[in-house]
Amino acid sequence: MLYARLVKKLRDFLLDVELTVNPGEVLVLLGENGSGKSTVLNLLSGLLGPDEGKIILNNSELFSSEKGIFFPPEERNIGYVFQNYALFPHMTVFENISFGLKMRKIPKNQFNGEVDRFLENLGIEHVKNERVTNLSGGQRQRVALARALIVKPHMLLLDEPLTALDQSARDKIRLELREHLVNSKQPSILVTHSLKDAKIIGDKVMMLEKGKVVWSGKANDLKSLSNIPDESPVHVVSEEYISFSGIAID
Amino acid sequence: MSSKKIKTKFAIAIFSLIIIITILFFTLPLLSLLFRISPEDFVTAILDPDVNSAIVLSLITAGMATVIIVLLGTPIAYLNARHEYRGRNFVETLLDLPIVLPPSVAGLALLVLFGRRGLIGGFLDDIGITIIFTTFAVILAQVFVAGPLYIRQAKTAFAMVDQVYESAARTLGAGPFVTFVKVTIPLAWTGLVSGIILGFARGIGEFGATIMVAGNLPGKTQTMPLAIYGMMQSDLTASIALSLVLIVMSCIILILIRMISGRSS
Repeated sequence: MLYARLVKKLRDFLLDVELTVNPGEVLVLLGENGSGKSTVLNLLSGLLGPDEGKIILNNSELFSSEKGIFFPPEERNIGYVFQNYALFPHMTVFENISFGLKMRKIPKNQFNGEVDRFLENLGIEHVKNERVTNLSGGQRQRVALARALIVKPHMLLLDEPLTALDQSARDKIRLELREHLVNSKQPSILVTHSLKDAKIIGDKVMMLEKGKVVWSGKANDLKSLSNIPDESPVHVVSEEYISFSGIAID
Repeated sequence: MSSKKIKTKFAIAIFSLIIIITILFFTLPLLSLLFRISPEDFVTAILDPDVNSAIVLSLITAGMATVIIVLLGTPIAYLNARHEYRGRNFVETLLDLPIVLPPSVAGLALLVLFGRRGLIGGFLDDIGITIIFTTFAVILAQVFVAGPLYIRQAKTAFAMVDQVYESAARTLGAGPFVTFVKVTIPLAWTGLVSGIILGFARGIGEFGATIMVAGNLPGKTQTMPLAIYGMMQSDLTASIALSLVLIVMSCIILILIRMISGRSS
């Protein structure tokens, strides 16, 4: 289980977010650009340090401002799928996927089969020895997912994993992505600005605006958004948010 | 013919003339060296022990200077590319200074610092180490003048590497040093290599600072540019032969840099 309270002074606002994600559960952070969603991922991964708060993952404290604990990213055992994927352009698909295993000092003969299994699972075994620069958007997305999942991370962080794909690929990949995340049996956090992504991939949803959670609830609640009566805070906040913000309703 | 047409033709003629003069101005002097020496004389001159030792000494000192430059210059280039700190602009200006400084000023400064009565030279002299007029002084001068060229180029190369790749490596379990070696350096590679080549080229051509701190001792401190100067009076053929060697080296260096930058773009 992941519990985090994160406080960080950003240039334009104070980010203050508290979240809990259970194993196999997908929390979606929904918000427009600059709402602080990606910063939450960077704080959880250790790429940024919070000013205050704590991060507890499976009963071990990764960060605590009170106790002065801060684990750097390489010691947190996380899987992070970056926006645009950040695949190493100087490496092949195989080298990208096995990078995390190499860092864990796993001998090559042991992880060869593991990499092949992942490639097969994701249907990209034919590009194993290609340079990642030669891949299509969908293939890149799968390589990024494989690279993050293969290290058996204790939490998965995904930053707009579908934005770099075209419309038809996105529709196809949403359910598939959800399946991978749920099957990993780890807490996952996915950042998106698409309401549809949130509805289909998420279990729980938190809407962020200027570093604060303005709405949170089950992904299912989003489906019946228009049925919720006017006086409900959910409706007011969400609808207003959707109609006035950059959240894509695709 | 209308006066407008005449004007146009005249303008084209003037334009062409300027282009031709420019090209000739920069190539004729070098070509004239080539025409002044026969292939046989060239071979004989190159085989002369003094000429030969100047070439070897140049390659060794510039090679060692390049190694020192890379070892000393890479960390600061990375620091300046990645971190904002107080006084960074000042540090960068200081490091750029040797690029625009007259080499004689650089030579004098090194002489004052490393000379027998200098700040460091005096101390070293007490424990029996002399730097001035040694091969090491040649390397020192080359590092001083050529180092900033590498640092500049390496900084740009590091700055062009998107930090997201470094972040990705960190989340996959690589510490800062491993990330630097496995991700940052390979991605900055072409820029770093052209910086190394530029530094080496500047080192091999170094003259002014070298002659002041290292003198012009054949076999010990007489590199190619110094030998060209030293032999000009007594053995012009040897001077010309050495010059041609340097011209060929410079051409190779320029071609290498073009090939590398062409590949990266």
